Amino acid sequence: MASSIPASATPEATFAPPSRLREFWRAYAQNRGAVVGLMLVGLLLVLALGADVIAPHPPNEQYREFTLAPPVWHDGGSARFLLGTDPVGRDIVSRLIHGTRLSLAIGTISVAISLTLGAILGLIAGYFRGAIDTAIMRLMDVMLSLPSLLLAIAVVAILGPGLINAMYAIAIVLLPHYVRLARAAVIAEAGREYVTSSRIAGAGTLRLMFSTILPNCAAPLIVQATLGFSNAILDAAALGFLGLGAQPPTPEWGSMLASALEFIQRAPWVVTFPGLAILVTVLAFNLVGDGLRDALDPKLRS
Amino acid sequence: MTSAPLVDIRGLRVEFGSAAHPFPAVDGVDFAIDAGEIVGLVGESGSGKSVTALALMGLVDFPGRVYAERLAFGGRDILAMDAGERRALAGRGIAMIFQDPLASLDPCYTVGYQLDETMRLHGNAEERASAAVRRARALALLREVEIPDPAARLRAFPHQLSGGMAQRVMIASAIAGRPQLLIADEPTTALDVTVQAQVLELLARLRAEHAMALLLITHDLAVVSESADRVVVMYAGQVMETGAVPAIFETPLHPYTQALLDALPEHNLDRARLATIPGVVPGAYDRPAGCLLAPRCRYAVERCRAQHPPLESVGRGSARCHFPLDRQGRPTRDWKVVRAGASAA
Amino acid sequence: MSVQAAALLEAQDLTRHYRVSRGYLRGHSTVRALDGVSFSLEQGRTFAVVGESGCGKSTLARQVTMVETPTSGTLRIDGIDVVHASTDVRRRLRPQVQMVFQSPYASLNPRRTVGALLEEPLVIHRRGSPAERRTAAHAMMAKVGLRPEHYRRYPHMFSGGQRQRIAVARALMLGPRLVVADEPISALDVSIQAQVLNLLLDLQAELHIAYLFIAHNLQVVRHIADSVMVMYAGHAVEQGPKDAIFADPRHPYTRALLASTPSLRGPPRTQRASPAGEPPSPLAHATGCAFRARCPRAIERCAVEAPAVTAIGRVRVACHRAGEDA
Repeated sequence: MASSIPASATPEATFAPPSRLREFWRAYAQNRGAVVGLMLVGLLLVLALGADVIAPHPPNEQYREFTLAPPVWHDGGSARFLLGTDPVGRDIVSRLIHGTRLSLAIGTISVAISLTLGAILGLIAGYFRGAIDTAIMRLMDVMLSLPSLLLAIAVVAILGPGLINAMYAIAIVLLPHYVRLARAAVIAEAGREYVTSSRIAGAGTLRLMFSTILPNCAAPLIVQATLGFSNAILDAAALGFLGLGAQPPTPEWGSMLASALEFIQRAPWVVTFPGLAILVTVLAFNLVGDGLRDALDPKLRS
Repeated sequence: MTSAPLVDIRGLRVEFGSAAHPFPAVDGVDFAIDAGEIVGLVGESGSGKSVTALALMGLVDFPGRVYAERLAFGGRDILAMDAGERRALAGRGIAMIFQDPLASLDPCYTVGYQLDETMRLHGNAEERASAAVRRARALALLREVEIPDPAARLRAFPHQLSGGMAQRVMIASAIAGRPQLLIADEPTTALDVTVQAQVLELLARLRAEHAMALLLITHDLAVVSESADRVVVMYAGQVMETGAVPAIFETPLHPYTQALLDALPEHNLDRARLATIPGVVPGAYDRPAGCLLAPRCRYAVERCRAQHPPLESVGRGSARCHFPLDRQGRPTRDWKVVRAGASAA
Repeated sequence: MSVQAAALLEAQDLTRHYRVSRGYLRGHSTVRALDGVSFSLEQGRTFAVVGESGCGKSTLARQVTMVETPTSGTLRIDGIDVVHASTDVRRRLRPQVQMVFQSPYASLNPRRTVGALLEEPLVIHRRGSPAERRTAAHAMMAKVGLRPEHYRRYPHMFSGGQRQRIAVARALMLGPRLVVADEPISALDVSIQAQVLNLLLDLQAELHIAYLFIAHNLQVVRHIADSVMVMYAGHAVEQGPKDAIFADPRHPYTRALLASTPSLRGPPRTQRASPAGEPPSPLAHATGCAFRARCPRAIERCAVEAPAVTAIGRVRVACHRAGEDA
């Protein structure tokens, strides 16, 4: 049977609509700070991946004759150690570059664990509501009521110091944020008509939760994940500073700060540059996160 | 018309978008409203009817740009007014109510507070001075819009009101400034049909009691046929036809009006399938060179596609068409000859 | 009108109550969204449900599509009572009853392409190979007037009328015998309403589908329905064949609805009767007849005794005074 609508009645598309990626990029690129942030993140990624090749020296190699050498622009500095050396003679540039790899790894792994677990818990809480919702959310409330750093310290104290355990601790600390976000998004979406439509089409609980609802809740979670990245790096640095995270001689920025604190007057460069590295990285991810929020939210609202 | 119309719009054009790629949401709107008249402004989505009302109120913000040959209210040129005068006009000369009353009322403040605020801004000198006078007037206004137990309602918050009640509060707030013109943008679309009937009757009664003109914007032709004195039909940002009720519905001049009427179930009682208008409203990038309706009009000939028709007086109304329809609903002005000539060539 | 076989859809005293918490210390109250509704619908016919907000028509849709379980009464789909059936039986019945929603903007998953949306019901029920599903999707797209290249597009790239066509196509993928249409055209422009209405009528003629058509626009109902049920505050106050309802409405509420419906051919609004009052809140429980507060013909009995449904001529009415006029 011929369609009841004559072919000429349906609108012709005179152009192929832009792909989702291009539409997204156009929205994202409107925020210039976000583009700068993205470039910085790209740079950090390159440094992290190519650390072995880019760094001029091995990060843990101690040059006993050149302890506390100043950066190249001071007198006494040399091009061999561009940003100087630390108290036991390790090249700061190389340590910073290798530290990039560690920081990005910490951020990625902690956020990945936290996001996955948080999304699932939030999905369960928001979909089933009732007693299980109350149980999960009260647990999250308890976790939120503790200062995040103290909580991280407590976890590390139980598990023992070390970088891996620090990652677990940070993941636990970040968890409640993802759970709350996911739960709120799920509650908002679960009542929408397209979910009912899938239910009437015969979709079961698991399909409704993971295939229908969860993808539509992704936006706030993605934004939080990017911002959580910078939180994770800061927390790892704090733990490292307290001696609870990365253990020496690992070139993690926070522990670099800790071991150099006493030299802040004599050799300020040992403290400044790791601090700057943390600052730049956190800033970069925050800019990206802001850009993502602007790009993702209005589009999804329509 | 011996006296000047209350509202006189000629050649209204409202543009959005950048200067390089302007999008004319409204391009060619001419109509007038006399004092105390109810004019129905009818059109589908994309017709520009809401933008026209906003332009009249002076509510089109940057990046929109308003141009007009004449945009006058009560004889005064709106475009020549500065921001302060325009602000004084909105609320006191012209008031507006919108489709979703619960979105137009501030959820944080009580009804009484919001009415009070309106009167402080737009009331007469007595009301602006005294809170007691304002309160008495607020009660009177609520009674006038038929809200039961007005004293209790003054203390209520918007979310405690039903849709119909909230719309009445909006109307009360709108007439608090004693406007000469009330613009109602789809005032009953979100309401139940029995409540809609009540609100429309209320608006008609207020018009009679206050000699207030009413611009009723809607997509519902039947509503307009029951409530309006005259109708303006818009399509894709232009006025296509104006005419008096009921003549415009019995003998429409413009093919678009005719097609809209034909698509209604009421006009298809003897048929199984409804007559439809093929195609869609032109968007920003595919506006035809000639008549905007030509791609979809069943009577379109070459002249329609090539030449943009002006809005001309035809009898007691006006139509923007090269071949306006006669009383039998067929195109005039040698349309058959022109069409035969085109197919022969 | 004799019935050859069992009706496709049969409801008897269908009831749905919700328990609503009034606050932490104030206990619960009951919302009687549906209260003893009975009707039947045959294959290939259109049954229109008309009413204003709070009347229970959306609740009725949720019961018929088995999204919720009724509190009491029976609901037979194809002879099987789904109120007391097991989850398994209900799951097997699902393909027979599908739904088209009111909002073309909320009823399509924004993250799925048109093709994925159309194929999802088939995937869920494991019907056909991927190639067969794709063919079925394209065939259905052609039937509703969509073009092949729309297969890969996302819903936000379409207009309201086109999205409703996608929604109709999706509802038909499983070959249902009954489609519940909840105000499917209310949110569309007038000329698009006509197009979608024609589409629904054509599909019904071709596929012999039954429609449970929920609407508030009586002009549309007059055009499309075979029989009509008027609902108020969870009750069916009047039902019967379309021409009987429109020609000679018996219930005061039906008359009020007809008087309120704008009409091109009728007198001006000020000369027509407008009913007083508003539809009641679902939480309010009236003793006796729920409409008496607004009814111009209410008598003392209406406050005390809820009217029972009686057959008068070809319609069934719930009104104490229904039999009085000729």
